[in-house]
Amino acid sequence: MADKTEAREVVLRLEGITKIFGNLKANDAINVTLCRGEVIALLGENGAGKTTLMNILFGHYTADEGTVEVFGRTLPPGATGAALKAGVGMVHQHFALANNLTVLDNILLGTASLWSPGGGKDAARARVTALAEDFGLAVDPDEKIAKLSVGERQRVEILKALYRNARILILDEPTAVLTPQESDALFETLRKAVEQGLSVIFISHKLHEVMAISDRVLVLRHGKLVGETPTSKTTPQALAELMVGAEIDQPVPSEAKPGAALLSLRGVSVHPPGHRTGLQSIDLELRAGQILGLAGVSGNGQGALAELISGEARPERGEMWLGPAKATKWSPRAALAAAIGRIPEDRHSTGSIADFSITENAILESYKDPEMSSAGWMRWSSAVAFTRQLIARYDVRCPGPETRIRLLSGGNMQKLILGRALESSPKIILANQPVRGLDIGAVTYVQERLIAARNEGAAVLLISEDLDEIMGLADVIRVMSDGRLSPEFPRGSVTAPELGRWMAGEGFNYAA
Amino acid sequence: MRLEPVANPGLIRSLGFPAAALALSVVVASFLALLAGANPFDTLGLILKGAAGSQFAALETLNRATPLIFTGLAVAVAFRAKLWNIGAEAQLYMGALVTVLLGTSALGLPGPQPLILIGLAAMLGGALILLGPVFLKTRFGVDEVVTTLLFNFIMLLLISLLLEGPLKDPMGMGWPKSPRLDPEARLPRIVEGLRLHWGFALALICAAAVWVIETRTTLGYEIRAVGLNPRAARFAGIPVNVVLLKAAFLSGGLAALAGFSEVAGLKGSLTLDLSPGFGYTGIIVAMLALLHPIGVVVSAIFVAGVFVGADSMSRAAGVPTYIADILLATALLFMVLAILLARYRIVRN
Repeated sequence: MADKTEAREVVLRLEGITKIFGNLKANDAINVTLCRGEVIALLGENGAGKTTLMNILFGHYTADEGTVEVFGRTLPPGATGAALKAGVGMVHQHFALANNLTVLDNILLGTASLWSPGGGKDAARARVTALAEDFGLAVDPDEKIAKLSVGERQRVEILKALYRNARILILDEPTAVLTPQESDALFETLRKAVEQGLSVIFISHKLHEVMAISDRVLVLRHGKLVGETPTSKTTPQALAELMVGAEIDQPVPSEAKPGAALLSLRGVSVHPPGHRTGLQSIDLELRAGQILGLAGVSGNGQGALAELISGEARPERGEMWLGPAKATKWSPRAALAAAIGRIPEDRHSTGSIADFSITENAILESYKDPEMSSAGWMRWSSAVAFTRQLIARYDVRCPGPETRIRLLSGGNMQKLILGRALESSPKIILANQPVRGLDIGAVTYVQERLIAARNEGAAVLLISEDLDEIMGLADVIRVMSDGRLSPEFPRGSVTAPELGRWMAGEGFNYAA
Repeated sequence: MRLEPVANPGLIRSLGFPAAALALSVVVASFLALLAGANPFDTLGLILKGAAGSQFAALETLNRATPLIFTGLAVAVAFRAKLWNIGAEAQLYMGALVTVLLGTSALGLPGPQPLILIGLAAMLGGALILLGPVFLKTRFGVDEVVTTLLFNFIMLLLISLLLEGPLKDPMGMGWPKSPRLDPEARLPRIVEGLRLHWGFALALICAAAVWVIETRTTLGYEIRAVGLNPRAARFAGIPVNVVLLKAAFLSGGLAALAGFSEVAGLKGSLTLDLSPGFGYTGIIVAMLALLHPIGVVVSAIFVAGVFVGADSMSRAAGVPTYIADILLATALLFMVLAILLARYRIVRN
């Protein structure tokens, strides 16, 4: 690999990029080089630092350390647009197109001079048509965006970048919204682009695509570059292991004493709106006194499952049972009434209200309890007393219960949400990525609390992308892939590479 | 340059900035008075005198503030839930219409009963025409800014139609004007001989009630939660759509009381010029008050004072009354800026 890099012209060089947010190192001394005519894949879970890195490249963030060099010229830090001018084009996951304008107008938007109304449009059309032909991006320049399919819209975005003379294309999760056929067409386009001397950075967490399209893979984890390897010399399993990596210092749970099933799903299917992965007829049992660890690459249906159990979504097909009773009229309130303690994936946008005080956040789920309000009147004094108790019991470091929660660190915010969920002595606990983005101390604390709740007889569903967290904490492990669940593996009966194969989608019965 | 959130805005940011915004708008108005060939200090002095220089002027200001308190509260409650009710004008006219319909039909009830009945019916009317757009929003995602705004025109045309037809006063010499209310349906003056009616007192009571609802009740807590983060509210089990409908009910009802109070307290009948845009000015009132219900009372009196004072100043100094509109418009712009700057600081790259 080294020979190859040196032999070819380096078009992009990120050197020693470090970016710190509060006490989180989003990027830690990351080096990336991209050569002419090369496709590199940037692989990593949500929160691994991919987006931060790209934001630094495009000047949306200023790196604390490190330099960005495009075609041998160092870009001024924090200058938005410098990368675009230097020939870097980005195709975002969410397109930036005006639906009521034509393809051509969208491509010209922001490039055509305001002083030449209508002028140069024919020349531009010819150029767009030529580019479309060269790169296999079939699309009618005079069609309105609103009439195009998602795949066609993506082609317009790529054309837009090419029209602006991009020599480096960055694609952020480009296949997330595409059908398999559209993905194949995209890969064909990328191959043509590379033949013409362009370079591509392909951001993804879909292993088989990375294997199919890239020359070299870079794996990011917790802000660090943990692996760099030619694609031909690696396997999806090896990449999966790199991606989820080895965690340190985990509490070790004692022997589990599983009891009765407190929550069961029988043949449940869900199709969330948009292009997100749903659930395909899954069966699941959460038993008292047991932690079920759900592993899997993110975006494989874990979100849909969490929404189902938290009450935000209802089963479209199949049945949901709470112990011996079938769940009907399912809602967040019903889930709370069924003693389900919920730790949401996103503590900022779902788990808390940033401009509410700690007290107001602490009682979000319980404000209707007789202790917190009666006949429609809030009982603020007992709410504050309850909050003080939570702050003390769950070690939330804060100036006081009246502090706005946006001022707390991620770890303290998560401790409060954990306390809110556990204080009602839930029978079932849904912990979705409970330690993501937390510092080591908070991680250990949250994990110990989950183990303690399990020892007291709660059924815990732990959803995590971190394989080591799952293998360390869970009494039984299941893997989710494309909306389906693997069989249960008891603790210690399965190795990381084996789980990696399930995560990559092997072993599932596709006929089902 | 970019904006960075301020961790903990202190007293200077949260109160000093809005005060500076008001002061700046006065400076701009002074400059305009200078352009109009008048001494700015005299002009401002005349505005102040016209607004509060005598008992008559002060009561006139409070009378003008009364509908603004109602519409300001209506907007403040709705905006608190991030429900953009731009239709307070329509709800005001609905309240006025209900007041005229019931107030001219000789209810024959003793004591204050007819007024209570009419007031509640007016609130219901105003609430109902806001529930429609909000239902469309919660059910189909229809933008309520558009629907509530359009309702203003629908309502005005409907009133116009009624005043030219079935509601036209037969004794009105052909003017598009409703018959006068029965005496039992008139809001009496607070003190006999002083030109200030019970509508003002009702407005103060409503402001206090809204403040209690927002800070002391579960509904107020729900409204604030839904306004600040609907996603987290829904996750926590708060029925977001129901809360929005309740907030709409409250908001529409408050705006309708402006119409009730103007007709039953001041005018005695319904005409097409009942409101010189009280519904829209309510938005300014609410924004200047930073949506705080007690602040709404203060800002409504301020806004009313500027209008009343500018009227009288214009007669004395010959500076056009439009200076009042400009003063309020710049005050609003500066206030929006002050709110932003109180929460964010500008950082140079």
